[in-house]
Amino acid sequence: MLEKVAALLKEQLDLDNVEIKAESSFKEDLEVDSLDLFELVMALEDEFGVEIPSEDLEQLTTVGAVVEYLKNKGVEE
Amino acid sequence: MLNGKTALVTGAGRGIGREIALTLAKEGAFVIVNYNGSKQRALNTVEEIEKAGGKAAAYGCDISDFTACGEMIASIIKEYGRIDILVNNAGITKDNLLMRMSEEEFDEVIRINLKGCFNTIRHASRYFLKQRSGRIINISSVSGVMGNAGQANYCASKAGVIGLTKSTARELGSRGITVNAIAPGFIETEMTENLPDALKEAMKEQTLLKRSGSALEVAKTAAFLASEGAAYITGQVISVDGGMAL
Repeated sequence: MLEKVAALLKEQLDLDNVEIKAESSFKEDLEVDSLDLFELVMALEDEFGVEIPSEDLEQLTTVGAVVEYLKNKGVEE
Repeated sequence: MLNGKTALVTGAGRGIGREIALTLAKEGAFVIVNYNGSKQRALNTVEEIEKAGGKAAAYGCDISDFTACGEMIASIIKEYGRIDILVNNAGITKDNLLMRMSEEEFDEVIRINLKGCFNTIRHASRYFLKQRSGRIINISSVSGVMGNAGQANYCASKAGVIGLTKSTARELGSRGITVNAIAPGFIETEMTENLPDALKEAMKEQTLLKRSGSALEVAKTAAFLASEGAAYITGQVISVDGGMAL
């Protein structure tokens, strides 16, 4: 799942030469701004067929948090 | 010039909106003619576009209804695959002196003119972001720039549209989406035809060109802002007012 999310991130945000780990913080490590994050969420919704309400965006601070969040939403590995 | 583009024009059954729909269609865009009350008028607009060899479809939606707007945009995407140009034109007036203006008169004008504009932008932005392109054109008014006695509600809504335009331009600029406003002056439409003659004359006098404008003159500006030639223009308020607000 982490790999899938990381691949999506790379594609969505043009992060070619960056190593993406579970603990990678969007703001600090990946320099993702709020609009980038919104776009990522849209891509996640399309990819995994889930709905991610705006109020949940705050929780999604790291790549690992996104993976956890998706698991809690019932997305299978 | 706009071949292959899909445009949504709100309030396109009559007035400036109708003219914008006709003009964008003439330039080659497929136009969705939105209406709320004036269904027959909207169908007439579609018919006129088709007669001229263009393509269009009518879509009824109360743009002041957030959820309904979301459904409209989603079904446009579903049916036609994309949306490239959004023209927020739908608007009403409920003129009264401030001291006599009711809460309803104020709220109703803000709800349709300003919130309606937010509603469509809010829902369409998602697709514009994905496409990495999009043109948003909001119809403001010279009244929103200058203020006008007897129109506190209308002026507030149209000034609000300018703020919405500039903020949206800032938020979406990095994704190749442009957002501009047009501020028409005294344009001959149904909205202005019932004004007293003396007032009409006084308004013409206020312009530098000493005449009223036509809906077509506003529509041509909208078509320009939607075109490739305006790719580097964003966050602007273009006055089409014969120099009234100078």
